[in-house]
Amino acid sequence: MAHEAVIGLECHIQLNTKSKMFCGCPAEFGAAPNTNVCPVCLGLPGALPVTNRAAVDAAVRLGLALGCTIRGESVFARKHYFYPDMPKNYQITQYDRPLCEGGALPVRLGPETRAFDLIRVHAEEDTGKSFHPERYGDRQVSRVDFNRAGVPLLELVSQPVFREPAECTAFLTTLRRLVRWLGISDGEMEKGHLRCDANVSIRPVGESRFGTKTELKNLNSIKGVEKGLTAEIVRQQGELAAGRAIEQATLLYDADHDKLAIMRSKEHAHDYRYFPEPDLPLLRVDEAWVASARERLPELPWGRTARFVTEYGLPEYDAGILCDQRELADYFEAVARGGDAKLASNWLMTEVLRVLKEREWALATWTAQVPAARLAAFLAKVASRELPGPLAKQVFAWMADEPGDVPELLGRHGVQVQASAEALAPLVRAAIDENPGPVAQYLGGKTATLGFLVGQVMKKSGGQAVPQTVKELLEEELARRAPAR
Amino acid sequence: MSAATDAWRLSALELAARVRSGEIGADEAVESGWDGPAARWEEDVHAVAHTDPAARAAGAAAARAGPDAGTGAGAPGALLGVPVLVKDNICTTDLPTTCGSRVLAGYRPPYDATIIARLRAAGAVVTGKGNMDEFAMGSSTEFSCYGPTRNPYDLERVPGGSSGGPAAAVAYGLCPLGLGSDTGGSVRQPAAFCGVFGLKPTYGRLSRYGLVAFGSSLDQIGIFARHAGDVAEAYAALAGPDPCDATTRPAPVPDVSGWEGGVRGRTFGWPANLWREGVEREIVEGLDEAAQALERAGARRVTFDFLPGEFAVATYYLVATAEASSNLARFDGVRYGPRHPASTDVRLLYTRTRSDGFGPEVQRRILLGTYALSAGYYDAYYLTAQRARTRIRREYEAAFARCDFMLLPASPTLPFRLGEKTEDPLAMYLSDIFTIGANLAGIPGLTVPVGLTAADPSPTGRPPLPRAVQLLGPDDSEPTLIAAGRVIEVRGDVAHLSRRHPTEFAWPTKR
Repeated sequence: MAHEAVIGLECHIQLNTKSKMFCGCPAEFGAAPNTNVCPVCLGLPGALPVTNRAAVDAAVRLGLALGCTIRGESVFARKHYFYPDMPKNYQITQYDRPLCEGGALPVRLGPETRAFDLIRVHAEEDTGKSFHPERYGDRQVSRVDFNRAGVPLLELVSQPVFREPAECTAFLTTLRRLVRWLGISDGEMEKGHLRCDANVSIRPVGESRFGTKTELKNLNSIKGVEKGLTAEIVRQQGELAAGRAIEQATLLYDADHDKLAIMRSKEHAHDYRYFPEPDLPLLRVDEAWVASARERLPELPWGRTARFVTEYGLPEYDAGILCDQRELADYFEAVARGGDAKLASNWLMTEVLRVLKEREWALATWTAQVPAARLAAFLAKVASRELPGPLAKQVFAWMADEPGDVPELLGRHGVQVQASAEALAPLVRAAIDENPGPVAQYLGGKTATLGFLVGQVMKKSGGQAVPQTVKELLEEELARRAPAR
Repeated sequence: MSAATDAWRLSALELAARVRSGEIGADEAVESGWDGPAARWEEDVHAVAHTDPAARAAGAAAARAGPDAGTGAGAPGALLGVPVLVKDNICTTDLPTTCGSRVLAGYRPPYDATIIARLRAAGAVVTGKGNMDEFAMGSSTEFSCYGPTRNPYDLERVPGGSSGGPAAAVAYGLCPLGLGSDTGGSVRQPAAFCGVFGLKPTYGRLSRYGLVAFGSSLDQIGIFARHAGDVAEAYAALAGPDPCDATTRPAPVPDVSGWEGGVRGRTFGWPANLWREGVEREIVEGLDEAAQALERAGARRVTFDFLPGEFAVATYYLVATAEASSNLARFDGVRYGPRHPASTDVRLLYTRTRSDGFGPEVQRRILLGTYALSAGYYDAYYLTAQRARTRIRREYEAAFARCDFMLLPASPTLPFRLGEKTEDPLAMYLSDIFTIGANLAGIPGLTVPVGLTAADPSPTGRPPLPRAVQLLGPDDSEPTLIAAGRVIEVRGDVAHLSRRHPTEFAWPTKR
């Protein structure tokens, strides 16, 4: 019997706010262990939480971007379980009345865009981090770093809308882009800014009821999500094929060994004993707050992609690449403004992105070196053919390392500005007209004679032309003169 | 009186005035109780869980150096040099804070509770930590890992609880002010048993930041004093919003400076149905005397039946234990407090540390609360309790539509004997019947002493014991309650504690 998978995702997004969710400690990463702590995030007796409004604001903005309903009054709740890196042995989160409900994330899947429906988005606090086992003298011990305890997280829960692991990875990639686009998280999975758990079940194709689900934890990279989900779907199919029932369980995926391990079976399922957090009043987000958040919301990536297609006439693929990062899209628009948008798009997508990749540069490093106006001025010269292709590439390479506008760069490298196509065209035509023999040989297939013709043009230009440009112009002109076949 | 030797008899207001004028040194003021009654009484009463002469001296020196303007509404230096015994569940950097529990043995917090910072800012000095029922769970101060506190009026009897230590200390004269916490009556009931004033403010008026939580939505720090004026002064110094406690009330603090203004034209509720049965005769007599005093001062009595108690005990014990089971989850031996030595893995670390560290009453309540919050029981217990709570609050609101405040007992009984109720938790829980309503409704309550019972000199008799009444009012009615308390305090018909010192009435029976 053919089966299909039903997958729901639960994503945790670590916010990049200055302070933690319920205290004033820095939320930054990388400080010496247990230095960004205070009585509140250590859960010391008597300490009380106070809600970080910046974190709530980030949740509201993400909620609005996803088209969620924002609750005017939502409720923080305590979720209980004992673990040494959880200072209070309960987590302050939201439960039955979350801040954001509903909504969907539009995800590009090949040629089409699909909206994956969401259940909720809410704010909560992170736990500390355990390290175990470690050696302490002759003993094995565990250590806990509470710097991360209390760092703000957003939890986003999807409906069980995914059928393929690949849909999940596309969803996560799109979500990562969105949180970065909104500037609320750095979104790096490797650093734990974006974490993902999945609920997985399978059922016969055509069946509308859900099968028994398992919870898959520790899917901490895009690749891990795909591999972990695939492994679990295969495991479940194997169980059914062997005539066994799927048991409700929590599994851990070990990406290094591509293995699944059962963490808890149903008998050991947690009873989290949720109840409303009595130390915090109702979380009130009034209409003015929502309106202000909406005002501060940037044009969203999917809207901007569509606009790039209609406004600049870009292919959808190009528009999608340019809108992969908000800064890249901004840079593109600044460069393209008043110029040739398609040309700008081509240079960004091929040359600029290639430099970033080769040099492992952040976009910001590039834009500091080549601000939009500088690239726009350069592209204007390319468009007017003042800089022929090969020379343009050379100048572009210089721009990445050196200051100065195009004439300055040419001057510094001893290349004359007059070596433009317009200036060289008469010389090229003259050299061809004056050397019918070599021309005939070239047209007859002996392309080596092109070098002789280049030499003639160089001589005529007084050595100021760029050989590569001359070569291209000669080829163009000769092709025009070739007899039709 | 010689200034230094009899300073312990003074009210907080009078003591602070003399310290400000230089008549009494701050260190003399702070040590007055320790040099005086404590030398004779503390060994028997055992009101103090922790103290440290060096910390007291440092506190006195800091007070002398001049307090800051303070963040409360009180005048700077309003409590200059006044010693205060603080319940052992309010965090202090200079003394341990252990909640009377082995699970926190030796724990010294790295921060002062907001209320401690405000006390210090007003010039007061924390002179020690008061004994208490473990984690404030109890009505007798018998459930402390340091052993019970005894009632200074009769050492065979309990001082009430859970804030029995500070109540007894203020009664016997260790200090004119004490701080407790009141989750279901833990300030008002021991105040009644020890014959002192005990104020539970409106929920959110005194910051809870640094008060080790029992039932977060019920807890409120309260004030013990021998005089109504001292209650007002301490309230003014301590009340007010705190950015560290999101449940504090943002509105301006009610002005209690008119505490001597009387009750002319006020109406007080007289829900006599509450004490038709089950309340000891002497307590009912005390209610009558207090009501007459109020009427003589120009207040009008409004008689009505009031029945908020029907589900209050059940509601209270569900909400309080549910919140407690959550609040006490953090005591696991991982970050602070002793760790069971045979903790070879994390599960054993939790179970052994907690089984060994918590006493039986605390374990009983954690289990009750855990059960009430469990999947499948939440709706039946916790959610139902929350609905009942809303109804109880409405019933109080309806009552206060008919009067400015209500007069009722603080406890159905006079102080009971040690051990009398420890084996019967339910009887102990039922003794809270008159106090828990204020916590469920969030309203303020004030215990006002009305003198002592007559001595019964027969061989099976008892010494004179304190009697008290309780005043309850709507949110932010502290000014009215304290003013009414003052009227009862100065009434002329019975010998009263403020005329002579409580220790002069006392009839200590040596163990």
